[in-house]
Amino acid sequence: MAARRPIRWHIAVFLAPAVLVYTAIMIVPLFGTLNLSLYGATDDGPRFVGLANFRALFGNPMWSDAFWNALGNNVWFFVIHMLVQNPIGVLLAAILSSPRLRFRAFYRTAIFVPTILSFVAVAWVWRLILGNTWGIAPMFLDSLGLKSLYAPWLGKEEYALTTLALISVWQFVGIPMMLIYAALLSIPDEVLEAAEMDGITGWSRFRRVQLPLILPSIGIISILTFVGNFNAFDLIYVAQGALAGPDFSTDILGTFLYRTFFGFQLQLGDPNMGAAIATAMFLIILTGVCLYLFGVQRRLRRYQF
Amino acid sequence: MRTRSHLGRGLAAHAVLLTYTLIALFPASVIIINSFKSRRAIFREPLALPTPETWDLVGYIAVLENGDFFGYFLNSLIVTVASLAGVLLFGAMAGFALSEYRFRGNTLTGLYLALGIMIPIRLGTVAILQLMVSAGLVNTLTALVLVYTAQGLPLAVFILSEFMRNVSDDLKNAGRMDGLSEYAIFFRLVLPLVRPAMATVAVFTMIPIWNDLWFPLILAPSEDTKTITLGTQVFIGQFETNWNAVLAALSLSILPVLVLYLIFSRQLIRGITAGAVK
Repeated sequence: MAARRPIRWHIAVFLAPAVLVYTAIMIVPLFGTLNLSLYGATDDGPRFVGLANFRALFGNPMWSDAFWNALGNNVWFFVIHMLVQNPIGVLLAAILSSPRLRFRAFYRTAIFVPTILSFVAVAWVWRLILGNTWGIAPMFLDSLGLKSLYAPWLGKEEYALTTLALISVWQFVGIPMMLIYAALLSIPDEVLEAAEMDGITGWSRFRRVQLPLILPSIGIISILTFVGNFNAFDLIYVAQGALAGPDFSTDILGTFLYRTFFGFQLQLGDPNMGAAIATAMFLIILTGVCLYLFGVQRRLRRYQF
Repeated sequence: MRTRSHLGRGLAAHAVLLTYTLIALFPASVIIINSFKSRRAIFREPLALPTPETWDLVGYIAVLENGDFFGYFLNSLIVTVASLAGVLLFGAMAGFALSEYRFRGNTLTGLYLALGIMIPIRLGTVAILQLMVSAGLVNTLTALVLVYTAQGLPLAVFILSEFMRNVSDDLKNAGRMDGLSEYAIFFRLVLPLVRPAMATVAVFTMIPIWNDLWFPLILAPSEDTKTITLGTQVFIGQFETNWNAVLAALSLSILPVLVLYLIFSRQLIRGITAGAVK
């Protein structure tokens, strides 16, 4: 069909800028990074080393201890988001979408505010609130008679990562809330009215009618959370520094990549090991996305109204 | 009885939402309130509003004397506006081509561009830095603009092409009858109709660019090219114990986005809930 017509140059003109910029700045460097991970630095320049960088990353204690630690922390970071951020998001959206609710726009706007703040502001304000210097958190707990529960959470190895994950949840809960809210609004009134006729209201209406209909949106939120978490860096870097202290207990793949690539303290930066870590992150994210696209999304039934 | 349970549920709903609203707004308000107070007042009563006795702008003075906040702000503004222009123009053009014309490779091109929605551009950082070094673009705002344009394009193309599918064919065909070129149809007929979608894409694209720390840190950390996020981070690192300066710097970095957000929040929400008209 295209052969019979003259070449439609305008299609190429419309597509060219986007395709060129995207290819040159995103796709080529992405594959360039995957390629760099197969090289190692020697005295006479880079040399092809095959999978040696990955063997070191996964098996040589000099690298692998840090790698598995960062990966484990990253998994925990993701688990907290899934268990806390997304349920809270769904709950808030369900309440927001209830009919005849007043001040809806105000709540929506306010709850989304943390999402627009920069990581610098978020990390610092929580350090101030949770830390000892100002004593807001201890004061607050004291007023509830729970002062004994206070600990400098961000400074303790056993709490720091969970605390940061919860701060990140606080920051981003607006996104699942908005997406679920949109999904709930798109359920037609007739469906809800029919349920009401059958005597299904309140919680059971949510669980038996609305929840199945918003499952695809929950799937999308889960994969967005996954990609975002395994690519996270800024919050930990600002709150705990590139060393992700105390004692690497908050190190995730993003901070590990940054340290390896740029070096820290006495260790020099290593672009090839950095590329290997980026490749590992790429494979993790790709696996997650494929599992979602081929495993989860296909099984979810979509309803067309 | 029925109305009472209704009332109860309404109260419960407001209680939950109000509690969460307080949690959401509390931290930013703590920063802004205390940035106007004297050092002693901050420590004595961190939660009190500034009064005439505790009112003190010493933090803002320190920031204006010691940091080039105006320069950082300008850098952020230039980078954000330029990237946004690139994302919107190129994204709309590509979205139009994908939604309007049937050609071989259409679906494939769409999928190719959509890859970037799921795969973060940060993973290519090692090679992006090499590319910018060899192009002589390290420590320039151009490097940041290029990266952010590439970063924003996938989602922009995806959203805009969805919207452009809904623009009526009759209108475009009438334009063609009148002898309008395909370019005129795009710029004069279609673009004005998808302005609401463009605004949504703009807000979505803007927030992560304005707040990004990773690429400014890696590609443009020099004093002349620092963005406000990086500038604030570095400034705070140097003035760690000067709480007034830290709070003033944080307030200055929060306020512009906050104001923009409050102006455009309706647009943003309408964009997210697009299609879900009730």
